[in-house]
Amino acid sequence: MNLRVVQRILGLMLMLFSLTLLVPIAVSLAYADGHWRPFLYSLLIVAAAGLLLWLPVRTARRDLRLRDGFLIAAVFWICLGFAGATPLLLSDVPTLSFTEAVFEAVSGFTTSGATVIVGLDELPKSILFYRQQIQWLGGMGIIVLAVAILPILGIGGMSLYKAETPGPIKDQKLTPRITQTAKAMWAIYALLTAACAVGFWLAGMDGFDAISHAFSALSTGGFSTHDASLGYFDSISIEIIATVFMFLGGANFALHFSALRRREVGVYWRDTEFQAYFWIVASVVAFASVYLWLSGEYPAFGTSLRHASLQVVSMQTSTGLLTTGFVNWPGALPALLMSLTLICGCAGSTAGGMKVIRWLIVFRQGVAELKQLVHPSAEIPVKLAGRPVSQRVVSGVAGFFAMYFIVFAALMFLAMMFGMDQVSAWSAIATSINNTGPGLGDVAWNFRDVPDSAKWVCIIAMLAGRLEIFTFVILLTPAFWQR
Amino acid sequence: MKIIILGAGQVGGTAAEQLAREQANDVTVVDTRDEVLRDLQDRLDIRTVSGNAAHPATLLAAGIQNADLLVALTSSDEVNMIACQIAWTLFRTPTKIARIRSGDYYGRPELFGENAIPVDLAISPEQLVTDYVERLIRYPGALQVLEFADGRVRLVGMRALKGGKLVGHQLQELRAHIPDREVRVAAIYRGGRNIKPEGNTTIEEHDEVFFIAARADMRPMMKELSTEEATVRRVVIAGAGNIGFRLARALEDRVQVKLIEHSPERARRAAETLRNTLVLTGNAADEDLLLEENIDDADVFVAVTNAEEANILSAMLAKKLGARRVMALINKPSYAELMENGPIDIAISPQTVTIGGLLEHVRRGDVVRVHSLRRGAAEAIEAIVHADSRNSPVAGKRIDQVKLPEGTTIGAIVRGQEVIMGHHDTVIAPEDHVILFLTDHRHVEQVGRLFQAGTPA
Repeated sequence: MNLRVVQRILGLMLMLFSLTLLVPIAVSLAYADGHWRPFLYSLLIVAAAGLLLWLPVRTARRDLRLRDGFLIAAVFWICLGFAGATPLLLSDVPTLSFTEAVFEAVSGFTTSGATVIVGLDELPKSILFYRQQIQWLGGMGIIVLAVAILPILGIGGMSLYKAETPGPIKDQKLTPRITQTAKAMWAIYALLTAACAVGFWLAGMDGFDAISHAFSALSTGGFSTHDASLGYFDSISIEIIATVFMFLGGANFALHFSALRRREVGVYWRDTEFQAYFWIVASVVAFASVYLWLSGEYPAFGTSLRHASLQVVSMQTSTGLLTTGFVNWPGALPALLMSLTLICGCAGSTAGGMKVIRWLIVFRQGVAELKQLVHPSAEIPVKLAGRPVSQRVVSGVAGFFAMYFIVFAALMFLAMMFGMDQVSAWSAIATSINNTGPGLGDVAWNFRDVPDSAKWVCIIAMLAGRLEIFTFVILLTPAFWQR
Repeated sequence: MKIIILGAGQVGGTAAEQLAREQANDVTVVDTRDEVLRDLQDRLDIRTVSGNAAHPATLLAAGIQNADLLVALTSSDEVNMIACQIAWTLFRTPTKIARIRSGDYYGRPELFGENAIPVDLAISPEQLVTDYVERLIRYPGALQVLEFADGRVRLVGMRALKGGKLVGHQLQELRAHIPDREVRVAAIYRGGRNIKPEGNTTIEEHDEVFFIAARADMRPMMKELSTEEATVRRVVIAGAGNIGFRLARALEDRVQVKLIEHSPERARRAAETLRNTLVLTGNAADEDLLLEENIDDADVFVAVTNAEEANILSAMLAKKLGARRVMALINKPSYAELMENGPIDIAISPQTVTIGGLLEHVRRGDVVRVHSLRRGAAEAIEAIVHADSRNSPVAGKRIDQVKLPEGTTIGAIVRGQEVIMGHHDTVIAPEDHVILFLTDHRHVEQVGRLFQAGTPA
């Protein structure tokens, strides 16, 4: 491990992040909300911090090893939480404590969308926009952005890219050069966001809300500019657009890339993971609509379908943009929707959670195990799309599941220890580790009433979830630090 | 340039490494072995595709539709040829290079061409290595002998040894030593570090000196750097594989050749085909066998078996037992580096030898020949100057007016039949072939740009 190189790259990336604060300053000036100062001060503070890190080691050059990639990714995300909190902390509207500011920032960057702020509708435009922007940056990942636009990262780019992008199989590059792959990902992301924003605008949102909610939908974040979230608009067309783009945000961006390049929609359908993703969403939507209708929650089937589809897609993609509180839905539905977020979107998407492909592999491994019991000497490989999955990937996924649930349980007990009730603690950790946002019980709408110590537990859960556990936990192992 | 490399073996891996180092190239490597690909991708900024290299589906996944160059380097000649055929028939890939090992195919150039098997360049690493070793044997004392401009100009690398007339003297005295010969010292390496050759640079013992000279001027210059070596009369080759066998056949009519082979079956086959070679069955690292066959009288001992560790050991042993010069085929660059400064005189690296041929086809502009030196750290290239003197940053300029990157020297200019050594006031004319020496391969792209047609000044 070469700490000097790690430090140099951290410094560079912090400086890169500080530049993004220019946008809220511009928003503030454009809307004349008089709130540009906290952003300018934060810009200077973060840039100075980056510069201080970078200056003493600016000449350090060496190719990054895999280990360095993990270290940079984990440390940078932690730094990002604090750096991103500065504008919120410096601002007097809303007044947030240190814990609350860090929670809000980490929730934004990790695209969780859980908030501690009530009274969004009265906040200055620049603050609202900033919350949406950090989600959007965190969605595709600032490290991926750095790989795309900072050519100096060179070969090490791959190890950084691997540490930040989600999914069990990360060796598939879209293009031979890692910088091009990162650029392609960001370009598609930006393109889809623009399309979504135009859609919202045509459906009746004003420009500010359209862009803000497009950021939130594509990054599968979940912050809104209104307390009532999407329910504020009460418009079917807006809900349909949001549903479609959240769904796209939860799909593998490599598929978007192939579909765009070959100008062919069939690409999606040939992908096993996408098929599974689609069928899970479709069947749960159907089930929930019928359930809601039969139980008399909504009198008309149309209304049931409308509410079910948005809520289900929103939870499945770990977004959290809602039109109605599904907490109050009857029977098993609230817990079912909460559990959906464990499965979540596809690998290589902006969604959180454990990813459809991992569930698929584990499920098929389970089925193979059953067959093996009946035919002890049979050779039964786990297959995806007709091709065998290498044993290394299968055991990697199994390891991921084990680690995931251990971390999940440990954090949940911690949260309960810090005074949360059982349902709230379970849903708060589930919603944090899967980067979703809304929970059940006390955290159904916001995290305002969660004790500070439990908020820190949620912050850790969000970061661990965004970096898919391993990148985070690996830093705690002695093996990582041994030379 | 979009390049697809088939086969991630020694040569394929090195080719990928060298090509991906240039930002302009997008490299995709195809192989059937997932672990090899994963290792390669962890190390290099390339894309990898796993699958059978000759299957159209695999080629498609590797992006053959947009590829500019296909390099087939798998261990199977047949796969390489079929891959080129498929690339051409289905996807019209412009340039296709295939590694052809079998002499049976290689010896019939009419097999390759647009109307036959569409391979634009068939390279045989074994043949290239054989030629290379043969040149080294013909010029005892040289570490590397490379040809430019159809062999009119040569670049020679050699180690300065006690007894050489120039050793311990300054470079500017060279003119007095060999007055009517034109030689240009391109680079000096001392203890692995590069030293800029200037008039007052003193050549020390053990320096590695690269010089460029017309063919006729080579030998006098070599005498300047080391004692006159007796011509080679007795050669011992260890290993009767592809290289060992070819080498024996190339040398057997001129010198006495002894070929040691471990496998009795292979030894018998070699003995049946070779005319004047003495084929011995046995272990090349067997001291008794070597002494029995008078290793102490051997001028050159070459170890070219498939096992590089065995090559190193047998060469070291031969050196200890009194062989005058020992060479060993070593694949791993780190081993080669270790050995060449120590007990082994010359480490032959097959990848470096092969890669030069590939690079020529990859470099844009008008680079016609590329030789990789010092295991890829340095490069010697031959480039053509373009007629358009108004725009060219090179044509019509004096050598000292050309803006060359650091560590780059213009060694010689070939104008028609004439060979001109590069002095600071030599004026470069259009259509000249310029031979440059780059001590840092990273500047290759910059140099290539100088010679690109139509670059604005």
